[in-house]
Amino acid sequence: MELHEEKLKFLEKKANDIRQSVIKMLAEAKSGHSAGPLGMADVFTAFYFHILNHDPNNPDWPERDRLVLSNGHICPVRYAAMAHAGYFPLEELKTLRRINSRLQGHPHRNSLPGLETTSGPLGSGLGQAAGMALSAKLDRKKFWIYCLMSDAEQQEGNTWESVMFAGKTRLNNLIALIDRNNIQISGFTEEVMPLESLRDKYESFGWHVLEIDGHNFEQIVDAVNEAKAIYEKPSVIIAHTIPGKGVSFMERNYLWHGKAPSKEESKIALDELKKTAEKIAGEHK
Amino acid sequence: MLNKEAKLNPRLFDDEPDKKPVRDGYGEALLRLGEEIPEVVVLSADLKESTRAEDFAQKFPERFFEVGVAEQNLASIAAGLGIAGKIPFISSYAVFSPGRNWEQIRTTIAYNDSNVKIAGHHAGIITAEDGVTHQATEDIALMRALPNMKVFIPCDAIEARKATRAAAKIWGPVYLRFSRPRTPVITTEETPYVPAKAEVFWEPKPGRRAGALIIACGWIIYNALLAARDLERDGIDVIVLNCHTVKPLDEKKILELAKKCGAVLIAEDHQVAGGLGGAVAELLARKTPLPMGFIGLEDSFAESGSPDVLIKKYRLDSRAIAAAVKKLIKRKND
Repeated sequence: MELHEEKLKFLEKKANDIRQSVIKMLAEAKSGHSAGPLGMADVFTAFYFHILNHDPNNPDWPERDRLVLSNGHICPVRYAAMAHAGYFPLEELKTLRRINSRLQGHPHRNSLPGLETTSGPLGSGLGQAAGMALSAKLDRKKFWIYCLMSDAEQQEGNTWESVMFAGKTRLNNLIALIDRNNIQISGFTEEVMPLESLRDKYESFGWHVLEIDGHNFEQIVDAVNEAKAIYEKPSVIIAHTIPGKGVSFMERNYLWHGKAPSKEESKIALDELKKTAEKIAGEHK
Repeated sequence: MLNKEAKLNPRLFDDEPDKKPVRDGYGEALLRLGEEIPEVVVLSADLKESTRAEDFAQKFPERFFEVGVAEQNLASIAAGLGIAGKIPFISSYAVFSPGRNWEQIRTTIAYNDSNVKIAGHHAGIITAEDGVTHQATEDIALMRALPNMKVFIPCDAIEARKATRAAAKIWGPVYLRFSRPRTPVITTEETPYVPAKAEVFWEPKPGRRAGALIIACGWIIYNALLAARDLERDGIDVIVLNCHTVKPLDEKKILELAKKCGAVLIAEDHQVAGGLGGAVAELLARKTPLPMGFIGLEDSFAESGSPDVLIKKYRLDSRAIAAAVKKLIKRKND
């Protein structure tokens, strides 16, 4: 499906709403990860508001596309996107990480309808997505299985076991997306444990590789469309993103990987996001 | 004397009892399950022959997946298949699965509540000549500690077949533990098998009281029965309980018999720490503290050697069991 001007503006506005929700949730919870969720807000918006064939009122619909989140620590952005898409009331976002909440600190499948897996420990999302893709092939189902991963979890052996398996079994109904934001909890990926060249690695394992700007909706949607058209192998989209995107003092700073903003910091962040929202609305007029 | 109602193999105490590897029962059950349940799929980590998944792979190639030497992926792919509605059986050696992939099992199978059946082969020091690296002696502890996980430990090939079939029909994660070499066929097709229901295999002669309860799981129950027979000749009566389901434990039966006997000896081919003995000790400590003894590895690894020699050296043989019973009864009476 192509993106028209009006839909583009709608997505930009939604992504901004989701970023604001992420900041509010994290400030309220007083712990959690900031950089990843903000960096992936555009990708999640594109999926929940354009790409996915899904029904928020019927999260167990058997024919739905599966969106597997492998790096569970960025779940605030998934929760926010789901709430904005209508899976559950926005009000519930405040319960993140609290006792008796459906919004666990790292996502738990059985706690919240609409989550496809449980994740947190890195490197085992792609295998689960591959299992779902295998099952869909056995049952001749037509839905797509997407797996969102972080870049640092490409350091996990389990990831490459799954990459090898999906290449062997030619899972063309599986589309992976890597959040290439270059940071991990203790520093820059290329200093902690270099990942490049990710493209060459995936290609040599029998995957079709696409590389995009992860903040450009047209590129996100085009890449998914191209991946769907690749018949003979699985595809991976390397989405270059800016960690902390949308909040200047968080952008590109790995220290924001694993921490939440204080009350004051969240106010500054929200002010900036609101200004951006006004700008989007102005451009729209 | 053997409990008649258990309908055990009448040739059990022959000099050359019928023998068969416990793992064979797994392979036979998979084949039947393949025909009966279309959702059953089998995954192997390059060990399809020795884990007896080969026949299923031949007969149902579209439902068999070879993941290569990659046990972490074995577990995570199975988790995805289970979530999607399949009933995956994953076959490897227990030291690798659930050993190497324990966290994947914890997160993607147990916490995810995915309907995966984990078949851990070559369990125990009875794996023998391959040495400690291939003798899983901590796997019961690893699996027993996981919420949502059930633990089935069949004692022979026939019970292995029944346990595998039961695992497919029960919803949720199950760990199945199998051993490698040929061991005596203890049960028959008629022996009762219901998951979580322990079965009395040996009981005192009519009119006599048991001085101890032996609870065992896996192939070692044969040695427990040999010990019971020898003890009976010495005038000591015991009850031998086949506890084929370590989790959930048949608490009612264990408590009833433990109270009746006043002392409990555990026998298992596993570390004493965290295995069947741990499970029973946790139960008795809460409900009926009683003198207990443990046959198993005492915080040590074993070594290479033939099964018979290893079993003797590491005191899993019938003489060690009988001696432990005598010691336990003495302690009870002191």
